[in-house]
Amino acid sequence: MSTTATAVRRTGARKAGRRATRGTSGIGTTGWVAIVLLGLVVCGALLAPLLSPQGPNAVDLSGAYQGSSGAHLLGTDASGRDLLSRLFHGSRTALIGPFLVVAVSTLLGTVLALAAVWFGGWFDQLVVRVVDAVFAFPGLLLAILATALFGSGLPAAVVALSVAYVPYIARIVRSAALRERNLPYIAALQVQGVHGLRIALGHILPNVGGLIVANATLAFGFALMDLAGLSFIGLGVQPPTSDWGAMVGTGMAGVLQQHPQEALFASALIVITVGAVNMLGDRLTERWEARS
Amino acid sequence: MTEPLLVVEHLTKTFGHGRAQATAVADVSFALAPGGSLGIVGESGSGKTTTARMIIGLERPSGGRITFRGEDRTAPARSARSRRQRGRDIQIVFQDPYTSLDRRQRVGDCLAEVVGVHARPGREETRTRVRELAELVGLDDRQLAALPRSLSGGQRQRVAIARALAADPDILILDEAVSALDVSIQAQILNLLSDIRRKRGVSYLFISHDLAVIRQVTDDTIVMRHGAVVEQGPTADVLDHPQDPYTRLLRDSVPRGGWDPETLTAAHSPGAE
Amino acid sequence: MNALLQVEDLTVKLPVAGELRTVLRDVSFSLDRGSTLGLVGESGSGKSMTVRTVARLLPDGADVRGGVRFDGADVFDLRADALRSYRAKDVAMIFQDARAYTNPVRTIGDFLTEAMRVNDRMPKAAARKRAQELLAEVGIGDPERRLRQYPHELSGGLLQRVMIAAAVAARPRLILADEPTTALDVTTQAEVMAILRRMQREYGMAMLFITHDLELAGAVCDETIVLYAGQVMERQASVRLHEDPLHPYTAALVRARPEIDRRVDRLPAISGHPTTAYEAPDGCAFAPRCSFAQDDCLAGVPPLLRIGPGQTRCVQMPDLRGQLMPQSQPQPQPQPQSQPQSQPQSQPYVGSATNEEAQR
Repeated sequence: MSTTATAVRRTGARKAGRRATRGTSGIGTTGWVAIVLLGLVVCGALLAPLLSPQGPNAVDLSGAYQGSSGAHLLGTDASGRDLLSRLFHGSRTALIGPFLVVAVSTLLGTVLALAAVWFGGWFDQLVVRVVDAVFAFPGLLLAILATALFGSGLPAAVVALSVAYVPYIARIVRSAALRERNLPYIAALQVQGVHGLRIALGHILPNVGGLIVANATLAFGFALMDLAGLSFIGLGVQPPTSDWGAMVGTGMAGVLQQHPQEALFASALIVITVGAVNMLGDRLTERWEARS
Repeated sequence: MTEPLLVVEHLTKTFGHGRAQATAVADVSFALAPGGSLGIVGESGSGKTTTARMIIGLERPSGGRITFRGEDRTAPARSARSRRQRGRDIQIVFQDPYTSLDRRQRVGDCLAEVVGVHARPGREETRTRVRELAELVGLDDRQLAALPRSLSGGQRQRVAIARALAADPDILILDEAVSALDVSIQAQILNLLSDIRRKRGVSYLFISHDLAVIRQVTDDTIVMRHGAVVEQGPTADVLDHPQDPYTRLLRDSVPRGGWDPETLTAAHSPGAE
Repeated sequence: MNALLQVEDLTVKLPVAGELRTVLRDVSFSLDRGSTLGLVGESGSGKSMTVRTVARLLPDGADVRGGVRFDGADVFDLRADALRSYRAKDVAMIFQDARAYTNPVRTIGDFLTEAMRVNDRMPKAAARKRAQELLAEVGIGDPERRLRQYPHELSGGLLQRVMIAAAVAARPRLILADEPTTALDVTTQAEVMAILRRMQREYGMAMLFITHDLELAGAVCDETIVLYAGQVMERQASVRLHEDPLHPYTAALVRARPEIDRRVDRLPAISGHPTTAYEAPDGCAFAPRCSFAQDDCLAGVPPLLRIGPGQTRCVQMPDLRGQLMPQSQPQPQPQPQSQPQSQPQSQPYVGSATNEEAQR
């Protein structure tokens, strides 16, 4: 009847090809790039004693601010310590702090959120109010206050940041858990007489688990930045322990004397690690949203 | 005459306070006989679902009384233990087959969980019970091993029915349980429900907006509007000789051959508020 | 050719998880000016996808073969301007979930006047006056107050009337109605259908009416197409669908539905569950669920045959006609009827001869 009857039409075919490369359930190329980068950083931290050519605190005052050489691949700092070795060891303190912060705040935040959603009523309101109040405090400020009260050092900073990060996790988990709690399958379990704790841990938690992981990942990036900042201003990790944030701080003196390596390398690692963590966190969040 | 299983007297539910107060259910009374099937018909906002939620203990009545086998059930159960005991008396199947199952739980685990709540059977016994339930509602082993997302709407609703029957309840509340299903599947589930009623002697409280479905599965019917009962009686009488003008309007509004919406709406005063 | 809308051999594939999946297969139909055609089917039948294709609202990457002609012009050849004008002036859509198609923070007045002000450059006062007239036309009292209200202040039925008012504002020649009353109460459905029908008659609009409810289609459409797995299974005058279905699937659907005025011991349910075009077997898509299926049903895709007053995609149909429905009260099995004097003949769809009704 007409020539068009057999014509093939594609709508926006160019776009479709691109979309097909990322499935609905994967984390995409950027997600995998982030995982590889983080894997390298974590391996460096775990294997620091094996990978480091020298001890991180081996002082050689005569060899300060050396450039790259066979003995010191990345050169030395103001005290003649090997930068590569300090960076490897520094990754341990740089990662353990945020890890603790995320572990504690995620656990507390999730428990608080699930309890608030499950019990509802005045308890929920109380949790919401307290969480909002703490949320209004910048985490870094809280950590500075804590170090002022309990003395400088990683433990005080970690405890303070853990508390400061609870609202971040709790708010997100609460809203997702609330949506879950109002689904009919929860009511069905309730009228069977399934115990509340079992419903909360066995049904609600697994269904918001992906979201918790995604946000814990993002929180890890923030915590790394915050702790590096504290160490930078001298309130976090104390010398002579190596730490990326502290290295940026002590490296500032070198920057003024035309020896920027220490600050440069340490900040580059912070940027790469935080960038990779955020990238992964974003992909995980997208995946969770696509699945639920 | 046998003692009724469930008696609802002057049941009332209001939401909110003061000027914002709204009455969802007003002075509803009925009784459900053992093995009987009672339909509650109404449109959205008629209070039929709120009534069901009060009977199952998901909502606290503002007034009136609910008794099961003579025992007061007006207030919702306080502990998981008493909820469990009441769960063996009355169960419910919800409308939406997609949200009424945990999307991360395999069907077999879902059934095993509720079986385990009511008895503490061994692993082998649990498996047997789950098999029996699956067979009762027509699910096979492959479906028992599947996650809800790989099942069709009808299969999910079979799972929800099996779950509700796990505790062998005396009353099953079906809250628009076949409304979201395709016609061909709806018929399968309605047949399944009548088989189950015959085999198990379970009583139905069947909530629906669909008069034809009500006709097929209930013996008695109450018609609700704006929270109140406007008519009640044997289903055949209510549908064939409706006394209340609203019941008549409901009946006439159902499309069928020769149905003319224009003369119908002209006859019943136009409803643009 | 007089048809307003002509759909020819339409096959649509959509990209799902990296592959193209068939959703419509060889769908052909035409719709005359001012008439109503029902598209009935269960989930996965492709009924919504058919209207989306007609409105050219397909997702990116869709593979479309065949043609959609509106008033003689190929809809898929329209350039940006012409396409915009086609969607704004020639066709209008009404959806099941009216609330999802309104912006919750804009008033009903904003919603109704937007198209007039943008497309027709109407001054504000004139557009508001026109919007009031439109609301009055769809039977909404106190239109002035309604224009100031927000979507959440209106009931579902009222909001669907507003949608109808917006749809008819540009006096389109074709209305695409996708389950417009499915989310509504049965009494509200009657009101909304009454208004839709009156508007359609007054302005001479044609309507493609999608529903899962065979009874509703039978009551409001001139002709009805029954879709299954992305294919046309049957087409004929709506009044005949129930008494003389031309496809075992239609008959099975009619019989599976409980009836308001009687109760049967068992409903004649259809076994299995509806499939999509993508999952459908070779041969007749309904054959696996069909109680009349023979071996030859699975041998190749059956053609759309012209039979009596309609069309069917059932190869058994010439023999089965008249036996699909129990003629009196429900019987467990179809009664062998004394078969009609003249055997209805069937020709391929493109054939010219038509056989007049063999049977009443």
